Amino acid sequence: MSTLSERILGAAAGEYVDRKVDRAYVHDGTGVLTLETWKQMGAERLSDLPQLYVLFDHIVPANNSTTATLQHELREFACGSFLNFSDTGGGICHQLMSEGIVLPGEVVVGADSHSCTLGAFGAFATGVGATDMAAIWLTGETWFRVPDSIGIHLYGSLRGGAEAKDLALSYVSRLGMDGGTYCALEFIGDGVKTLPMDDRLTICNLSVETGAKTGMFYADDVTVRYLTSAGQEAGPQLPEPCNYSRELEFDLADIVPLVAVSPRVDTVKPVRDLAGLSVDQVFIGTCTNGRSSDLARCAKIVKGKKVTVRTIVVPASRAVLAEAIRTGVLADLVGAGCMIGTPGCGPCLGAHMGVLGEGEVCLSTANRNFKNRMGVGGEIYLSSVATAAASALAGEITEPEAD
Amino acid sequence: MRGAGHAVCLGLDIDTDQIIAGRYLRTKDHSVWVSHIFEDLDPALAGKLNGAVIVAGKNFGCGSSREQAAIALRETGVAAVIAPNFARIFFRNAINVGLPAIECRLSCIEGQNVRFDLAAGWVEAGGNQYPIRPLSPRMREILTAGGLVNYWRVHR
Repeated sequence: MSTLSERILGAAAGEYVDRKVDRAYVHDGTGVLTLETWKQMGAERLSDLPQLYVLFDHIVPANNSTTATLQHELREFACGSFLNFSDTGGGICHQLMSEGIVLPGEVVVGADSHSCTLGAFGAFATGVGATDMAAIWLTGETWFRVPDSIGIHLYGSLRGGAEAKDLALSYVSRLGMDGGTYCALEFIGDGVKTLPMDDRLTICNLSVETGAKTGMFYADDVTVRYLTSAGQEAGPQLPEPCNYSRELEFDLADIVPLVAVSPRVDTVKPVRDLAGLSVDQVFIGTCTNGRSSDLARCAKIVKGKKVTVRTIVVPASRAVLAEAIRTGVLADLVGAGCMIGTPGCGPCLGAHMGVLGEGEVCLSTANRNFKNRMGVGGEIYLSSVATAAASALAGEITEPEAD
Repeated sequence: MRGAGHAVCLGLDIDTDQIIAGRYLRTKDHSVWVSHIFEDLDPALAGKLNGAVIVAGKNFGCGSSREQAAIALRETGVAAVIAPNFARIFFRNAINVGLPAIECRLSCIEGQNVRFDLAAGWVEAGGNQYPIRPLSPRMREILTAGGLVNYWRVHR
């Protein structure tokens, strides 16, 4: 009678375990420090047990020669060491790992806090810093404290203008910015089967904003079909009765469009309470909401109309961009006046593009609205894709219409 | 491990973007992180950190996994960070780079001398002793070694 974390890690909550890692990945930001630290450990060769990945996404293409030089060194190492490598333009690390790579039951570690996204497949997926990652490159394993799990029961199905992102903001608001600290979130209940993989990835993505180690769905028919279409074989995981340290319930039919108000992700209000607030920029993309279904939903809302504020759309990966070209979504977005960025993290981290000026407001589909994150003196509000798209047309925070 | 320093008191939910902003991360030069530490939170903080013990509210180090945050604090001369709890990635990062991160609830005032003894399990401030939540045996070994790099140099 175990939680999914206990089952995968092979020990009871609270115990410390050393676990072989199945897949470990870094990006252009954390990879530089990982490589430097791995060398300091006296390492000569990489551990051959985990599949290791280097996936460029944070500052792509490079914004200056310092960044370019650091990326060049890491690229040379990755290619020379036969690491799985995705260069500038390939897409966001978490997205690439979700495109038919991560499988149910695996232990997956990324040198990025949003590695929890991949718990959507029923993997134990979590983020670490560069030095922990360097040790994984060295030894192929790492230590974990098996987490307590918080059970989040979902019932019914989403309706109206509400999206998975609104559910995610709902649970973050309920738990607060540290309500999940050191725990895993397990999403269970009848409502789960109504959520496609894109929605599950969005929901797991925000788990770290509660402090959680990961967010997880049990693999089911939806997971298996998704992986099959990506060329992978997988079976479902059956939940069993287990002890949760805390339990929450959400009726998906009650979820309404929401906004997280600057500068805290857990200050969440209905869109209608903020309607009319002027925005200077809208950003649609990131590991939260940059997938094919997100871009399609955005295009459906803006098609044949014009955005009235600068609107940046960044596909999460090259595959997402290609799909948007194939389906005509890209033409609709460009026709409506949206800018399209290189697949990657885009303006989310405030390091190289789409930076805000003093006093400017951005409505973003990302997962973080910390003070000054996208530019000193700028304010970030977080919402679903539908709310962001409707607001881009109006130039102010606007409730999306029901489908 | 023992240590002491003057208290620098910070609020709740201090995220790693506030410790070191994303725009300063792309370098191997640690002095860049030291010179911009807490810049967006309060530029005056940097001058108070050498020899300090940071006493923060809950959830210190939340947000990005950037290890530069923990390195910047260590390189600036911070002796330890004390908070009721930490975001888990920062907690691991701090221990991994040899910076004591101590889970403890205490009341103290800015500038007050704070002493800690990890082996004995207490923090002392203003004449009062407060219990700390002990590190796991592995984390204690890593911290005692001075961080995970030294730990693996010895244990390979």
